[in-house]
Amino acid sequence: MRFTAYCFLLVLAFLGLSSLGGINEYVYFAGFVILQFVILATAWNILGGYAGYVNFGVPAFIAVGAYTAVVLFKALSAPLLLQILGGGILAGALGLGVGLLTLKLRGIFFSIATVAVVFILETVVNNWRYVGGATGLQLTRPQDLWFFDSYARMLFFVMAVLAILSVVIARYIQDSFLGRGLRAVRDSEEAAECSGVPTLKIKLIACTISGALMGIAGAPMPMYLSYIEPTSTFNLSYSISALGMPIIGGTSHWIGPVIGALLLATLQQIVTVTVSNELNVLVVGVLLVLFVVIAPEGILGLIKKWKQSSK
Amino acid sequence: MFSVDLIFEAVLFGILLGCFYAAVSLGLSVAFGLLDVPYVAHPALLILGSYFTFVLCKTGIDPIVCGTLLMPIFFFIGIGFYRFYYETFEKRSSETGVRGLAFFFGMSFIIEVCLILVFGVDQRTVAASYIGSSLEIGEYRFPYRMLVAFGIALALTLVLTIYFSKTFNGRAIKAVGQDEGALRLMGANPVKIKQLAFGIATAVNALAGAMLIIVGPVEPAMDRIYIGRTFCVVVLAGLGSMSGTLVAGLVLGIAESIVMMTFGASWAPAVSFGLLLLMLGVRPQGLFGR
Repeated sequence: MRFTAYCFLLVLAFLGLSSLGGINEYVYFAGFVILQFVILATAWNILGGYAGYVNFGVPAFIAVGAYTAVVLFKALSAPLLLQILGGGILAGALGLGVGLLTLKLRGIFFSIATVAVVFILETVVNNWRYVGGATGLQLTRPQDLWFFDSYARMLFFVMAVLAILSVVIARYIQDSFLGRGLRAVRDSEEAAECSGVPTLKIKLIACTISGALMGIAGAPMPMYLSYIEPTSTFNLSYSISALGMPIIGGTSHWIGPVIGALLLATLQQIVTVTVSNELNVLVVGVLLVLFVVIAPEGILGLIKKWKQSSK
Repeated sequence: MFSVDLIFEAVLFGILLGCFYAAVSLGLSVAFGLLDVPYVAHPALLILGSYFTFVLCKTGIDPIVCGTLLMPIFFFIGIGFYRFYYETFEKRSSETGVRGLAFFFGMSFIIEVCLILVFGVDQRTVAASYIGSSLEIGEYRFPYRMLVAFGIALALTLVLTIYFSKTFNGRAIKAVGQDEGALRLMGANPVKIKQLAFGIATAVNALAGAMLIIVGPVEPAMDRIYIGRTFCVVVLAGLGSMSGTLVAGLVLGIAESIVMMTFGASWAPAVSFGLLLLMLGVRPQGLFGR
């Protein structure tokens, strides 16, 4: 109950933040990206953290969300929420498909297959004229702002609600039958199977949910940039971030990816603005390797250790 | 469009390309195929090899010689890599899963970004007498750079096949992939053997990287597409088979070459990844796996 109340308060807080006057528009632009990474990290963790299946193909799911939104917008001039819904459904279907193909195999094959999906879809989009092919497509934002002052503010609020929603889903999964089953899969797949956990089924459910959430995170992108183009949409740098943030934050609890995403995405925004885009990938890469080697439990693990030693 | 002549030419070019793909995958075939290490950083090290070759070549040395000179250095890089991987992951638990994958994935990005920071995103090439000219037989033209790569690829595969079947260490490397405990009972130290194998896998990458920059221009982000090509070849071959790697490389090379000729070059990246997905879905043990 208390958690629901907190979420509700948080939504109200974001609503207030998006309606306030006198704040630089750039804050909303940067905030949108940070919230997007909260969703991506949370979504990645549902399969990667709970079950131990590493998804390298995050941009594929983002792009399915984004390009579904583009097609819905171009063909039907669908409203934003419908674009997001459509993107989520198709990205979820992609997750199910990749899962069906490779989740029966060992973890590394799943990981490689997800990379494969990125490149195959990128090639298809590159050759697909309707969505702009390799050169990309310019989009005109509709003038529908609900009651916000600018489009950036509206998207920021939408992203905030989506982020809260995905964290709620991740928290629910963690404590449910699904979460316990996934953890059993991570610890020992054979033992789980022998104890009657329907391992393939729950892995498929997790992969579908995880994919759908990534699609949802990607769907508002074309409207955000009012432009879409394959090279940046299918950029594998999304993978290193979406995988690095939960691992750095801590994969065992739903709050881990949120902490990791908030810290790292903010840091990335600062580095991108002050130094360069390449360096922000390097920051995540180096931190990821350091944490994996020195503190595999992430920031959450460090906090736990610190608490224990101070007792 | 589908004239026999064109297809024949595509197949010929595919054979040259395929041998080259086999050569760049040999290291992964050892590290991932035989030793079961999730060596996702392999393509990044390949590009690193190309850039080291590029730097050495500036002194006027032939790129193939550069690649060969780099082999001992890469051998020790490989040993260092495995040593580190063993101490931090394998030693502590048998299940390295997420951490091992994340480690190597992170490393490949670090290598890529460092290359960008040092050399920029421009494409780099090397100069040698055989780059740019071609051998003409009748109406067919074979670029010498492809023929050179073809020759080195064949030689590398041959040497490794003989090494793994005839020498003690080679056989031990094959054995360590199958049953570590048994190897220990035979009086060989599995960690040392794996270390050696990893060194060899990475050393091969130095020469393969030199070939990569002979065959065409190289840029730092190229490792991403080679994730597909190398893993496709290794999975297609059935994990850890050297001669299988050669055949799988040929299959990929010919497929890519035919697709390029019929649908255009923009479809080429999808071939290796598509073939890889198909293989994982239909026959994950590979063409020659048991």
